[in-house]
Parts: sequence; C-alpha cells; structure tokens
Amino acid sequence: MTEIWDGVRAAFWLVVQLDADLIDITLRSLHVSLTALVIACVIALPAGTWLAVRRFRFRRAAIATLNAFMGLPPVVVGLIVYLLLSRNGPFGVLGLLFTPTAMIIAQVIIITPLIMSITHQAMRELWAEYHDLLISLNTTRTQRIRTLLWDGRRALLTAALAGFGRAIGEVGAIIIVGGNIDQVTRVLTTAIALETSKGDFALALGLGFVLIGLSLMVNYLTHSLSQTERSGRW
Amino acid sequence: MVDNLLPLRVDDLVVSRRGKRLLGPVSHTFAPQGLTLVIGPNGAGKTTFLKALHGIERISGGTLTWNTPPEDARQRQSYVFQSPTMLRRSVRDNLAYPLWVAGVDKALIRTRCDRWGARINLSDAMDRPAPLLSGGERQKLAIARALISDPDVLFLDEPCANLDGQATADIERMLTETQATGTRVIMTSHNLGQIRRLATDFLFVLSGHIHEVGPAAQLHTPATPELAAFLQGDLL
Ligand SMILES: Nc1ncnc2c1ncn2[C@@H]1O[C@H](COP(=O)(O)OP(=O)(O)OP(=O)(O)O)[C@@H](O)[C@H]1O
Ligand SMILES: [Mg+2]
Repeated sequence: MTEIWDGVRAAFWLVVQLDADLIDITLRSLHVSLTALVIACVIALPAGTWLAVRRFRFRRAAIATLNAFMGLPPVVVGLIVYLLLSRNGPFGVLGLLFTPTAMIIAQVIIITPLIMSITHQAMRELWAEYHDLLISLNTTRTQRIRTLLWDGRRALLTAALAGFGRAIGEVGAIIIVGGNIDQVTRVLTTAIALETSKGDFALALGLGFVLIGLSLMVNYLTHSLSQTERSGRW
Repeated sequence: MVDNLLPLRVDDLVVSRRGKRLLGPVSHTFAPQGLTLVIGPNGAGKTTFLKALHGIERISGGTLTWNTPPEDARQRQSYVFQSPTMLRRSVRDNLAYPLWVAGVDKALIRTRCDRWGARINLSDAMDRPAPLLSGGERQKLAIARALISDPDVLFLDEPCANLDGQATADIERMLTETQATGTRVIMTSHNLGQIRRLATDFLFVLSGHIHEVGPAAQLHTPATPELAAFLQGDLL
C-alpha cells in the first residue's frame, strides 16, 4: 500500500516539476495523435458528409463497411500496418517501421472510420432538415457539402474530439508499429505499459495523470459543445 | 430583355408514390399575371401540386411547360415551405444564403440583406440565430429569403398558418406589394378571409384533382356544391 502512495506522491512531483522525460513523452504523444487527427479529419469530415448527401447504389454497403472498420481491434490494425511496413512488406523500402510516421499511419486507420461515422450520423440529420430548401435553391453539390460542413461544425468538432480521445489513449497498434523506442517512439500509453511492467510506478502514474487530464479535457469540451448545440447558440 | 417565365402550362400532370396516385391527372394554364390561391381540404394534394410545379417533386406523368427553358425557369422561382427551414445561422446569413448560392458580390449581398431585414422589421435581430426566432418572425424571414433573389414566381405553402392577426396582416402586405412589382404568386391557404383578400384567381383541389377553377369573384358564387361547402367551412 505504501508503495502505491509513494508512487502517487512521486508522480505528483514529476508533474508539478515538469519532469523532462514526462514532458518529452507527452509532447510526442500529442504530436503523433494530433497529426493523425488532422489527417483523419481531412479525409473523414468531407467523406462522411458526402456519404450523407449522396445517394448511390452501394451506399448501404459503404455504411456497413464503415461501421465494421470502426470496430477493428487496434492490435489487428497494428499487425497489418506492421506487415505492410516491415522490411519484406510492400512498403518496406520506405523504412517507416518503428518511426512516429508508422504510428501516425496506424492511428489514422483507427480513427478515420470513427470520425467519419459520427460525421455521417450528424450530417444525415442536418441534411434531412435542409434537404428541401437546398434543393429548391438550386445549390450545387459542392455548395451543399460546404453548407452542411459549416452549419454542422459543432457536430464535426465533437466527432474530431472523439477521434482524438481514441487516438491519444490507444496503445495496441502503436506499440507494435512504433516499438516503444525511448526518445523516438515512446508515447504516453506505451510508456505507461513499459514502466508498469518494470515496476516504476512513479513515472507510470505521472504519465497516467497527464493522460487522464487530457481525456477529461476532451470530455469536458465535448460536453460543453453538445450543451451549446442543444440550447441553440450556434 | 429576358423572356417572360409565364404562362406555365400544365398538361396531365400526375404524381404517384408507392403505387398510389397523390395528384392528377391535372391540367391548367397559369396566366402571366395574378395571385393564384390553391385551396382545398387537408390532404387534397395542394403541397404536392406546388412542389411539382416548382420542380422539387418527382412527377410520374404529364408535362410542365414554362415559357423559357426549364433550367432558366428554375433559377427564377422561389418556394416558401409549409414549415420553413431556418438555416442554423444568423438572420443575416439566412437572408444572404440564396445570394451566396447565386454567386452575388459581397457588398451587394450586404446592402440587400440590410434592406430586407428592415422590410421585415428584423433590423435589430440581424445577428441573432434564426432558429430562435418566433414563428411569425421565421415565416417573415423565410418569405424575405425567398424574395431577396428577385424571383419572377413565388410559391408559398400556407405562409400564415399559426400566425396572429398582426403577423398575417404584415405578410399579406408583403405579398400584395410583391405582386404589384410583377412577381407571380402561387400560394395555398386555409384562411378563408385571406383567400378572399388576396386571390385574383383560385384553383380548388379535391382528392388530387382540380375540382373548380375561376377568378376571385367566383368565390362568392361557387359553381360546384363542394366548393360552396368548403367555403362555408363544412367538412368534405
Ligand atoms: N411521399 C409520399 N408518399 C406517400 N404519400 C404521400 C407522400 N407525400 C404526400 N403524401 C400523401 O398525399 C396526400 C396529399 O398530400 P399534400 O401534402 O399534398 O396535401 P395538402 O393538400 O398539402 O394537405 P395540407 O392542407 O394538410 O397541407 C396526403 O394524403 C399525403 O398523406
Ligand atoms: Mg400542404
């Protein structure tokens, strides 16, 4: 019991004193997850909106596939990306395995379907509301998508936050493709896994506090966004 | 000089959904001038008819012939829905929207929005979110948004449902002014007083068919017992 308390106290000091390792790892985590988030959003927001607006033959199948992809276990994604990037794999020549880039790729694959699915859901509702008016006004397809993206921007932010939450807390895929190399690919979650197995609870807990802090912030933002959405202050 | 949009000729127009015929066949010619009231009981097919005329309801048969090519005709009409959609934006941006769609210059958009905002007494509410407006204010905003692009034809589907006397009077004044500037108005209404005040001519729709057509004066001397009953407020 005392061991845990000592760990908590030490962790607290690491955070308060802005321990160099802790800062380094946190910044790398943010770098990887935010980069993945930006890339995923660039793909998922317009694609999810497009899926809501456009009727085509395989729409249902596309949505079913999307939902299936959303449920992909991260370790499996990690494994597949690993195989693709490994020296004998099709992209082996790029030498990306065990780099932050590999981790970003894995995270993009994990969060894009999630963001796209939330986007699609929200945009479908908005489109149902706007449909008649936008058709009546002779809007082009591009104008429709732009209108939905703009007027649904709060929902999109919520989708992005969900994606970020998933990315920053994810460990299964990035530990496989990143390798958890000190100073290179070690991020919050992989470091916690490692320090815990080594029995160094101080650093593990300190990193844990940071991670929890980030998650709380994301949840708080999501909550306040949905509040403003509901009260109609957009 | 642009071609006149009207007359609009409707020949054997039919709208069916899931094997059920909702409208038609109906045939009618809309003259170049006037304010036409499409009247009839709930579920008669008035909304279906208006939407089909505007070109946003898929038609299953028959033809619509405007005096200009269809694409051109489409650009020059506006439609106010039975329950108007407020974009989740400010009042100003709602007014500006059709002009943005049409690619109108920003400065011009601004002056036009100011003018129309003043016309519907919402000058002080320009920056408020449109979905928070009252029912009457929304209805006025929807009409202003439809008129801001200077359409040649304006369709309105029950623009005064659920509005009080003052709001109804405001909207009727706007519609009279609009018609005076040469815009062709085709609308539906359940308000018998309003029908008599506004109509220059009418179409009485019953169970998906045009049952009686005539100039406004005929509303005082209906030709069919069904219209007489409808105008007395009887159930059909
Ligand atoms: N997409 C649809 N599929 C099936 N039936 C429909 C569809 N749209 C409308 N209807 C039916 O067609 C009929 C005519 O509807 P419409 O909305 O045109 O009536 P209306 O005259 O405008 O009535 P109200 O006065 O209540 O507005 C109604 O019975 C309605 O239920
Ligand atoms: Mg109707």
